[in-house]
Amino acid sequence: MNSIYAVLIDGTIYASWLFLVAAGLTVIYGVMRILNMAHGSFYAIGAYAAASMVGWYFNGDGAALPVWGSYLMLVVCALAAGLVVGLVIERGLLRLMYGRDEILMVIITYALLLILEDGMKMVWGVDPYMAYQPYAAMGRSVLGGLKVSNYDLALIVVSLVVGGGLWAWLERTNTGKVLRAVIHDREVAMAMGVNVALMFTLTFVLGTTLGALAGALTAPAISVAPGLGVEVIVLAFAVVVVGGLGSIEGAAAGALLVGLARAAAVHYAPELELFVIYGVMSLVLAVRPQGLFGRTLVRKI
Amino acid sequence: MMRLDRTELCLIAAAVVLAAGGLIAPGWLVFLLTMAFAKALVVQGVVMQMRAGLVSFGQGLFYCVGGYAVGMGGHFFGLTDLAVLLSAGVLAAMLLAMVLGLLLTRYRDIFFAMLSLAFSMILFGVLVKSPQLGSTDGFNVVSWTLFGWSPGKDAAPTTLLAVTLAASLAVALLLYRYVQAGVGVLCEAVRENEVRVEYLGLSPRWLLYSNYVAAAAVSALGGGLTALAAGHIDPEMAYWTTSGEFVFIALLGGTGHVAAPFLAALVFAVVRTYAIEFVPHSWQMILGFTLLGVIVFLPKGLWSLFSRAKAKGAAAS
Amino acid sequence: MTHTVSVTRKTLRRLSLTMAASALALAAVAPAQAAENGKFRLGIVTFLSGGAAGPFGVPSANAAKVVIDQLNAGALPAPYATKGINGAEIEMVLIDENGGATKQVEEFRNLVQRQKVDAVVGYISSGDCLAVSPVAEELGAMTVFYDCGTSRLFVENKAPKFVFRTGLDAAVDNIGAARYLAATRPNTTRYAGVQQNYSWGQDSWADFTAAMKQTLPKADAVESQMPKLFQGQYGAEISAVSVKRPEIVHSSLWGGDMEAFVLQASARGLLDDATAILTCGESALERYQGQAPNGTIVGARGPFGAFAPQNALNTWFTGVYQNAYQMAPTYPASKMAQAILGLKHAAEKAAKAPGEVPAPAAIAAAFKGANFESVSGTVQMSRADGHQALQGISYGEYHFDAKTKKAELKNVKSFSGSCVTPPDGTEAQDWIKAGFPGAKCE
Repeated sequence: MNSIYAVLIDGTIYASWLFLVAAGLTVIYGVMRILNMAHGSFYAIGAYAAASMVGWYFNGDGAALPVWGSYLMLVVCALAAGLVVGLVIERGLLRLMYGRDEILMVIITYALLLILEDGMKMVWGVDPYMAYQPYAAMGRSVLGGLKVSNYDLALIVVSLVVGGGLWAWLERTNTGKVLRAVIHDREVAMAMGVNVALMFTLTFVLGTTLGALAGALTAPAISVAPGLGVEVIVLAFAVVVVGGLGSIEGAAAGALLVGLARAAAVHYAPELELFVIYGVMSLVLAVRPQGLFGRTLVRKI
Repeated sequence: MMRLDRTELCLIAAAVVLAAGGLIAPGWLVFLLTMAFAKALVVQGVVMQMRAGLVSFGQGLFYCVGGYAVGMGGHFFGLTDLAVLLSAGVLAAMLLAMVLGLLLTRYRDIFFAMLSLAFSMILFGVLVKSPQLGSTDGFNVVSWTLFGWSPGKDAAPTTLLAVTLAASLAVALLLYRYVQAGVGVLCEAVRENEVRVEYLGLSPRWLLYSNYVAAAAVSALGGGLTALAAGHIDPEMAYWTTSGEFVFIALLGGTGHVAAPFLAALVFAVVRTYAIEFVPHSWQMILGFTLLGVIVFLPKGLWSLFSRAKAKGAAAS
Repeated sequence: MTHTVSVTRKTLRRLSLTMAASALALAAVAPAQAAENGKFRLGIVTFLSGGAAGPFGVPSANAAKVVIDQLNAGALPAPYATKGINGAEIEMVLIDENGGATKQVEEFRNLVQRQKVDAVVGYISSGDCLAVSPVAEELGAMTVFYDCGTSRLFVENKAPKFVFRTGLDAAVDNIGAARYLAATRPNTTRYAGVQQNYSWGQDSWADFTAAMKQTLPKADAVESQMPKLFQGQYGAEISAVSVKRPEIVHSSLWGGDMEAFVLQASARGLLDDATAILTCGESALERYQGQAPNGTIVGARGPFGAFAPQNALNTWFTGVYQNAYQMAPTYPASKMAQAILGLKHAAEKAAKAPGEVPAPAAIAAAFKGANFESVSGTVQMSRADGHQALQGISYGEYHFDAKTKKAELKNVKSFSGSCVTPPDGTEAQDWIKAGFPGAKCE
């Protein structure tokens, strides 16, 4: 059969997932200059919240409830989890740390990662959660001989909407313009009367919510278990670095590149699958040290 | 003859005290000290680069090279001499660093961190794909000899502790001089402002390059000693979480003094051992809170406890 | 800058004092309680965090807790009715296995030298077993590996003295899987594999393909995929396997990875056309809820969990485990119970007087070559010079009744230990390639 075709479909599906995972990371870095190691934990929290609530939804009152309610549940869980976790961490901890060295901020989020990993275990235990109903209920389509899950196809649409929404928000709205001013020069923006603290809170909560949303939307297709978050961090980092830190278009391009490269490796050279992501990252950085869409930093004397 | 200043004499004294303590300490403590000091050497490599403003999230690469050199030397080439095995690791790491450094020194900040991580993960991938090296299970290290003398199983741990302490002392003394010497000072200048260093007619890239290679050598030494002590190596040594742990310890200690990484590695080992024992289900959380506490209250690391005390003392007198 | 280099002598003296003091403090804190308090201190090491905690580690730790409590209460059926171990109360020291082999060596030394445990039962990861085994021999510490499956364990530890394994070698899983397919699906011509890309997956696939060449020589391996450990997303792998149209998909995936793979492969239709054979499939028996198609072949790495036979010990164990945790024990739980019972058997055989805690060497001597009763039937320690358990293996088909919401196993086939285990001194791969010489199958 036509493998190129399969590579395109598999690669696009994987890329859409990668983009969802990486979007929150790049938003937070773009505005706040924090490379958030705890991003994977936000992803895992979203997944746990969604999986446990969907499980409750279907088990609680018999099987009579309509399936569409569970899709709503996924999104609501992600928003709630992202909002609560984001606000608590930003207001309770990060706010006190602004202005510290960038590297120190990375390590603070690393400490957060360690704490959240065990925290999740305390809340949800270690037993895996399976919330397969939303995934199974959508059925599958046959695209040119290849059976594809409709849920996966829907994820492509969702990531297009999320990406388009973020772009429109940054480029077309007033808040977005202010945010871009903060990205461009924090100090000048502050001098012009921008409430940078508020912008930071907004950005961080947006970032955590995106992370949680990625987790919540992934939950139905997987088994949600401890260690979930740690596995996606490096992946998300790689995508963001390839695309250029802080750039939405970059994250999309990076996700597509990594996704297609990985799918091609699986189909043509399974032996190389383990190296693909790092290989793509090294190659891109060797040619473009700031990533595909990264801005070159002005050197200060 | 080389003149030693007070700091150096104190470092020597600390090493001698610890080595003497190793003779009477129980077996598990000897092992804990050996592992902590071996790890501290890897952390020294991280700290050397931190002084120049670069954070390596891939120092596990050289830790792993050092460890595998020891393991493979014994397994495939029949080498058992400790000094030969360790030197092989250091040499291999330096050669590798000389090649990678050409590319890596073009990068700063997070790009350096991520690219160093990528190289480390590529080594991890290669090892996982090598069934003759035991893939992820790794393999056991053969027992070592020292200049033809083979320590029995009773003398081996204490001897290895003594060797580790001696290596740590040598590295500490060298680094102490290095930090004070021109190159060391210039590394800090590069961190503060690279362009100004260029205006002085110096090449920051060359500085960072030699610093990178030196850091690789120190880290490989730590990796080799860890392999000898633990008696087993596996690709996890090159996994990014291992490198993350080294950065963790580096920040715990701070970059204030050559002794800081040793202190931090010791504190880390003790905290982790007891956290695992008393709260087996959530020891990571304890580590996380420890790190947060240190960052919030001692932003310059544990070492600032000492320098702060010193500043107070100076103010009082 | 200057402050970094000019530190007074006072500060450094303080540093060396701190280091010495912390070392001394550590030595002082170290409990001297140990052996002398008349209790049997038992170290239990298993995954309490990370991906292996949910499916394996925590069920094992739970099993250890409930078995030890019951032993201390003297509530077991014969032949284990004596309280604790030989009348001595058992005190459990639980350690997390997460964090890599180097750390496990450190923790093992802590257990033996500082905590002064009388024996250690544990280890799921093969890397940890390989690293701990020489240390156990060096320290003379009685050690029972209950789960790790690497064939290399007794190849590298050629003359074991203190190291025992009551779980089975992973080669057994895959030889058993090939035999099950030969017995139930003799017309198979195309099979594929999906394994995690690490030692366990690589070894499993090597053993399985070699065994298939013997049991079903007409079948071809048409595709092999090795996604990385904990990948969770198998879209591309499923496509790549699907296009090769296999009849059988062999997989040694475990835990969350295995569940995610089954879910996705089932939704993508791969499992409509092909039957999966999952060597670790039993651990999720209660969680599939029909998401694994009926007829999916699952194994439990031996006669454990749902494959355990009906006997007084298993009825007792299932009862107390169900009572304590509201679910039936899965195979890791049974294996943990088996290891503790084996240790109790050996220690009591070695003891001269009631209440005595025998020395490790005495327990080891009694354990060597022992036959003991377990939740999985009679276990013979008859391989690796009496240090490795010999048991059979079973596979069966998963069937889910949508009305009762109950899962059951059909078409269960068991193969005796000597049918699937290489004799002493022969490496698994060589034995398979030679066509299983000397295998006795009923």
